[in-house]
Amino acid sequence: MSAGEKILQALIVIALFFAVVAVILVLTSRLRSRVGEYIQSTAFLLPTLILIGVGLLYPAISTIRLSFRNNFDKLWVGFDNYQTIFTDSDQLRVLFNTALWVIITPIVATLIGLIYAVLVDRARFEKFAKALIFLPMAISLVGASLIWKFVYDDNVGLVNAATEAIGLGRHHLLINGPWNNLLLIVIMIWVQAGFAMTVLAAAIKAIPTDIVEAARLDGVGGLKMFRFITVPSIRPTLIVVLTTITITTLKAFDVVRTVTGGNFDTSVLAYEFYVQSFRSNNAGLGAALAVLIFVLVLPVVIYNVRQMRKVAAR
Amino acid sequence: MRSRNMRRLAVAGALSASLVLAACGGGDDEGGEGGSAGGTSPGEGRAECEHLTEFGDLTGRSVHVYTTIVAPEDAPHKESYKLFTECTGAEVEYEGSKEMEAQILVRAQSGNLPDVAYIPQPGLLQTLVTQTETVVEPPASVEENVDEFFGEDWKSYGSVDDTFYAAPLGANVKSFVWYSPKMFADNGWQIPQTWDELMTLSDTIAATGIKPWCVGIESGEATGWPATDWLEDVMLRTAGPDAYDQWITHEIPFNDPAVEEALDAVGAIMKNDEYVNGGIGDVNSIATKAFQEAGLPILDGQCAMHRQASFYSANWPEGTTIAEDGDVFAFYLPGSGEEKPVLGGGEFVAAFNDKPETQAFQTYLSTDTWANEKVKLHPQGGWVSANKGLDINNIASPIDKLSAQILQDPEAVFRFDASDLMPAEVGSNSFWSEMVAWVTGQDTKTTLDNIEESWPSS
Repeated sequence: MSAGEKILQALIVIALFFAVVAVILVLTSRLRSRVGEYIQSTAFLLPTLILIGVGLLYPAISTIRLSFRNNFDKLWVGFDNYQTIFTDSDQLRVLFNTALWVIITPIVATLIGLIYAVLVDRARFEKFAKALIFLPMAISLVGASLIWKFVYDDNVGLVNAATEAIGLGRHHLLINGPWNNLLLIVIMIWVQAGFAMTVLAAAIKAIPTDIVEAARLDGVGGLKMFRFITVPSIRPTLIVVLTTITITTLKAFDVVRTVTGGNFDTSVLAYEFYVQSFRSNNAGLGAALAVLIFVLVLPVVIYNVRQMRKVAAR
Repeated sequence: MRSRNMRRLAVAGALSASLVLAACGGGDDEGGEGGSAGGTSPGEGRAECEHLTEFGDLTGRSVHVYTTIVAPEDAPHKESYKLFTECTGAEVEYEGSKEMEAQILVRAQSGNLPDVAYIPQPGLLQTLVTQTETVVEPPASVEENVDEFFGEDWKSYGSVDDTFYAAPLGANVKSFVWYSPKMFADNGWQIPQTWDELMTLSDTIAATGIKPWCVGIESGEATGWPATDWLEDVMLRTAGPDAYDQWITHEIPFNDPAVEEALDAVGAIMKNDEYVNGGIGDVNSIATKAFQEAGLPILDGQCAMHRQASFYSANWPEGTTIAEDGDVFAFYLPGSGEEKPVLGGGEFVAAFNDKPETQAFQTYLSTDTWANEKVKLHPQGGWVSANKGLDINNIASPIDKLSAQILQDPEAVFRFDASDLMPAEVGSNSFWSEMVAWVTGQDTKTTLDNIEESWPSS
């Protein structure tokens, strides 16, 4: 089948889908009773429900099922895959690294973003300064990782050039753990700080001026202003930023794959999931890792959504 | 097995019979092997088409082939199918993807398979055969060709549990040490004929202040594979081919004393500060140096020897003459001097159905006609096959000639890259990563114990 035929088929399927939905809507619009209204709203919801079912629920359930199967989906193995994750020394290292990422990245990125936002707020070169730190957001994670891989390079790297110039000598930066993990985390922070800064700067701008002026009249300034006025005023936004970065970090894959390929004890959950599923042909363990990521992300997502609602309600 | 073959034969027979009827007759009375599409083959009467006429007229049909080979290396492949189209009328749809090794399993499980795939690892072939049960045995014509043109060892790598599935396609030789002929001549160094001579030469070179070896094993997420090749190559020499085979099938454990001895022998070079890492740095720099660049210090005279496969010829900068009297060349990594073990790799042609056009294509690729056709499309070199019908005179580049000579040498004992034969958990995961850890300081015993522990239990 050629590409043209495939596209044609896809178009026909989409057209059919719309036709069916249209027919259902036209039919239900004729119903005027209370029951009719229920049918009508169900008809409106149906396409969404089907898409969620096919695109989200079905894969999620089959992944959970797969996590209790062996490597080629042939046998039930109970909780063996999960046991591997929590007992195997390599997998424990992965968990430890992931914890490191999840603790450090959101806090440091948000902190940098916040301080930067406060410092450049209403400064003369505000727009330029903001653009500078926002730029990394425009680069894909793989691109950013490649840039930093060169920065950390043994021979042509900036870091090694600097350490040699000040007499500290050259080092194999990416080999020695656990510091190499921190070097990878720096890449993520570099990318995410811009996001934190943008959102927080907008929140700071939205603080009512009367509060700020009242505080100023009371003699509050500098650090105290930051501590007692700015931070409490933008608290919900701060939490949204923290949780959003946490979710991104839990799913971090590109940085590890590009810079170290998971070697030198730098693998994280999302990368290990890929390695087990597609390189080791161990779909069972891969699925178990995916489920673990899901379980870890889920509460953060729920919390995040709630906080966003609070921000929106203001 | 017999009954399955009989059934397939019957199906094929019925299929071809009905097709023959549809084509209003034709002389296909045998009705057996493979199944012909009936009609008169467009290649009837042409000598180079003699293997293909039995499949009849395949005009209007096409074969979908899925491979790891992407641009620019795919061009000569596509070019080499022209003769097939002339002979049979069938077109070839070529799909190359670097993710093919992972994708083919996904596609096998979801039933979205190509007609033919070039499998670069016998281990993957085994997985496809035993776990997904999607690979279809080739027609007898392919097996006859393989018996005629390939060695028993190559056929066995295309077989699973003694059933032949896939014919070999291309090949590469990994037991090579790259060097600069001029540098060797200027210093009066001789090409070593035994492992001991190799070590003596290393000492001689080290005494001049040049680090004799340069190594780099960084290769993105596959980092570590060049080090696994080192261990395999040395293991073939210190423990012998039989122990090597047992090591692959796990009859002896991964951390067997024989393996430990081999890894220590590798360590005598790779972890020796006197020997490495020429023009690059210290021992640790091996782990971060991209394998593509690791041999280049030879050109600057900062390194004398670089063990890497024949395909490394593509990594020398443009303008480098690769010949025995040129800028760089390679010599065979010597062993004890008595045996001549050769480590190498290659692809295999697996089919997922028994349509006549699929079988015709499989047959075509297993002939000496195709091998010679293909090699002529490489005026700069870069491709060889273990096909014994490959005429050495058709090969353009000296290094490919040397590879083909070694592959066709009756004295040589060929062994496939072990990591490509081991289960994926080991062969494309722990073996790589533990070798990286070993290079950066982990001791031999821990390394081998860790890999042994990761060997799947079932």
